[in-house]
Amino acid sequence: MIFINKELCKACYICIEFCPKKVFTISKELNKKGVYPSEVDDESRCTYCKICELMCPDQAITVVKK
Amino acid sequence: MEHFALKYLRKDRLPHIFCPGCGIGIIINCTCKAMDELNLDLDKVVLTSGIGCSSRIPGYFYLDSLHTTHGRALAFATGIKVANPELTVICFTGDGDTGAIGGNHFIHACRRNIDITVICVNNYIYGMTGGQVSPTTPEEKVATTAPYGNIENPLDLCKLAEAAGASYVARWTTAHPFQLVRSIKKGINKKGFAFIEVVSQCYTYFGRLNKFKNNIELLKYIKENSININKAKNMSEEELKGKIIVGEFVDREKSEFSEEIHKLIDKHKIVK
Repeated sequence: MIFINKELCKACYICIEFCPKKVFTISKELNKKGVYPSEVDDESRCTYCKICELMCPDQAITVVKK
Repeated sequence: MEHFALKYLRKDRLPHIFCPGCGIGIIINCTCKAMDELNLDLDKVVLTSGIGCSSRIPGYFYLDSLHTTHGRALAFATGIKVANPELTVICFTGDGDTGAIGGNHFIHACRRNIDITVICVNNYIYGMTGGQVSPTTPEEKVATTAPYGNIENPLDLCKLAEAAGASYVARWTTAHPFQLVRSIKKGINKKGFAFIEVVSQCYTYFGRLNKFKNNIELLKYIKENSININKAKNMSEEELKGKIIVGEFVDREKSEFSEEIHKLIDKHKIVK
């Protein structure tokens, strides 16, 4: 499972660019800070390498292997 | 579910002050991951920092920390380590802190080989004060005090640490998080001075002034321009111009300062 804390996201989109399997996309809804946070597009592509967990500068993404 | 780093951070202070896409957040994650994997006793970890963007890191950790004067983070860290050698001291500095105003403290901490882990966030510019040229700004790169491009030779902090006598010297970028975690773990375990330089992206000043479209383009530029030390050995100086050499430069065993000084004290103690 991939959890995204949308209130912590600052919309830098490093996760979208650096995910090797392109799991993330931009959300269509604003968060409280007024930016469009990342959201999970297709979790079935995820290989649980957890690079997004380390590369999210705002500690917003958590990955738990099922 | 919670992020693994939140266990070590002051949750009420989040989201942190750093600009969107700043590499310092990645360095916080990597440090937390290294602490997680090492199972450190958190009551025995002390963080110190000087002045600068990177020096705001210890304020977000739920650990004992010192936010000290500009460039003197290593001097304070030396005091902590000598007073209580049981503590694990981690020092967060920036390129201005280690390369410019704290250069002398840095050289002599390396020379003494005291058991401190230094994580130096090198973003090539003075981010907090408005984007001035720093000692590590590469040639021809623009800053607010060098609007036509920098003409000075940049300072290589890793070579300086190596020459001054540090036990462990490594350089990674924020695009190499797994390698960085491994290096921080090695640095904390190392008995002696460990210097880990992390090349980080500063989009707000370095990126905008140097005509990068966004922080991702800057991070990609850093990733594509970094060359591993094993590959760089066979390359000429001209090929390496403008490249970032990453990897572990030094890993050696030397006598350690805080241990030696306590041995000396024990030897000359007057027993009554």
